[in-house]
Amino acid sequence: MTTLKKLTHKQWFAVLVLVIGIIIIWYIAALVMNGNQMINMLERTGQSWTYTQIFEGAYGIQRPPLPVPHQVAYELYDSIFNNAITSKRSLLYHTQITLNSTLLGFILGSLLGIIIAIGIVHNRTLDTSLMPWVIASQTVPILAIAPIVVVVLGSMNLTGILPKAIISMYLSFFPVVIGMVKGLRSADKLHTELMITYNASTQQMFWKLRWFSAQPYLFASLKIGIAAALVGAIVAELPTGAQGGLGARLLSGSYYGQTVQIWSALVMSALLGWVLITLVGLAERFILLRRGIS
Amino acid sequence: MQAVETLTEITREPRSHRQMIAIDKLSLVFETNDGPVHALSDIDLTIHEGDFVSFIGPSGCGKTTLLRVIADLEQPTGGEIQVGGTSPEDARLNRLYGYVFQAPALFPWRSIASNCALPMEISAQPKTHRNAQIDKYLGMVGLQDFKHKFPWQLSGGMQQRASIARALCLEPELLLMDEPFGALDEITRDHLNMELLKIWKATGKTVVFVTHSIPEAVLLSTHIVVMSPRPGRIVKVIKSPLPRDKTLALRDTQAFTALAAEIRQALATDHQID
Repeated sequence: MTTLKKLTHKQWFAVLVLVIGIIIIWYIAALVMNGNQMINMLERTGQSWTYTQIFEGAYGIQRPPLPVPHQVAYELYDSIFNNAITSKRSLLYHTQITLNSTLLGFILGSLLGIIIAIGIVHNRTLDTSLMPWVIASQTVPILAIAPIVVVVLGSMNLTGILPKAIISMYLSFFPVVIGMVKGLRSADKLHTELMITYNASTQQMFWKLRWFSAQPYLFASLKIGIAAALVGAIVAELPTGAQGGLGARLLSGSYYGQTVQIWSALVMSALLGWVLITLVGLAERFILLRRGIS
Repeated sequence: MQAVETLTEITREPRSHRQMIAIDKLSLVFETNDGPVHALSDIDLTIHEGDFVSFIGPSGCGKTTLLRVIADLEQPTGGEIQVGGTSPEDARLNRLYGYVFQAPALFPWRSIASNCALPMEISAQPKTHRNAQIDKYLGMVGLQDFKHKFPWQLSGGMQQRASIARALCLEPELLLMDEPFGALDEITRDHLNMELLKIWKATGKTVVFVTHSIPEAVLLSTHIVVMSPRPGRIVKVIKSPLPRDKTLALRDTQAFTALAAEIRQALATDHQID
């Protein structure tokens, strides 16, 4: 009893229970959806069927409406370990293409966001004139913007990683602006007054106080920003007929009804997102702890 | 105005006779939604160089506001004030004073030594000089062994000592302290009071000290300014008959008790508890 109680209080236990629950629901849903499709197919061709037949077949059919976890896991394993990393059949090859434009877009977006935020907190005109545009930029559907960016940059002979990175940047600069504006304005009142008594210049105020006060906010924004950059990179690969990348993999999967391929690309992009956010989180802990901020 | 200017010219005058702060009919009214609040009303006060002056009074009497006016952190709405012979703003721009807040206000991302270096970095003093000053004043407040620690690794009393060392590193003519020991326990407070007296005697600075503790005011001050709220004003300025060389044992003497009683009386006559 007590051991069970102790167990239920452990975080990993809760996570495990949740994962098992999701997998069970997944297999049941797959049985229903894939089973129905099988029945339709068999009835159309006038064949008779039994429930055992359906039960056995539901988890093995080609292009199932809902692939089950072990199918996706096998596809992931197969494409990663049975293909060279340079092969177009390797999911790692596509992941690395998406990762490159994600990182470039994230770096550009973060820099742009920080610069815009610095402008906004130091200049009233920029605050009132720029902020509405920053917000408006995010209300435009990225799917509508992406082809335009690609076409316009393409006409300027800019192709490859840059158009995709710019779309990533477009999504990732926004949380950085919002977080940094808040962060740069979050400097402790007492610290600010102390700096006033020292007759500190605006630059000293920024580099010695505001920049540090903003860092917890910056890292929170960077975590959202890197996830947004990944979404941007994938979305940018969709309408452009890109040959490589997780987005291209998703698109070609849906063209040919390769649901297992779609799901494995999906799982891979989720994993990539998790790794990227974790890395930002580690950098946050390392830097803020060392500086005694958190 | 002119009188003060000529005073600063006379350098041969004994230090203790030069005016450090001259306040004439100063008032400060905050406009709020509930109508004007008279934070300070008709303040007249002269503080000389080398004095240790305490502002004492109940909360809302404007003692902190007055200190902030001297520091150019608040703007008066009427009257005249001169700090070191100039306006408070010029005094601030010339880094004439050091301000110690109620809270230590150390930057958490800087070590103790680096926190002390901050005002000297801002006034662009050379690194060798900064390091010498840091060693000198951290030593004076007994924190020489903690210079590489971060603020969160120190107790509240040690943090406040570090913030005093930070203010002293600039060697300002004037030290403004806003209830610096208010948040500390009595034992730490006694200890820091004696430390502060030692530093004051050693450096000969002018100190303006806000407190709401009568024993603290008596123990530290050469002059005690008793203030009262609604409107914030000065009730009485008491010149301490106690010697400049003080010890904690002084608190058990007749003179100490008498001065404390005088302050208590001044506070009571004008402060109706409603």
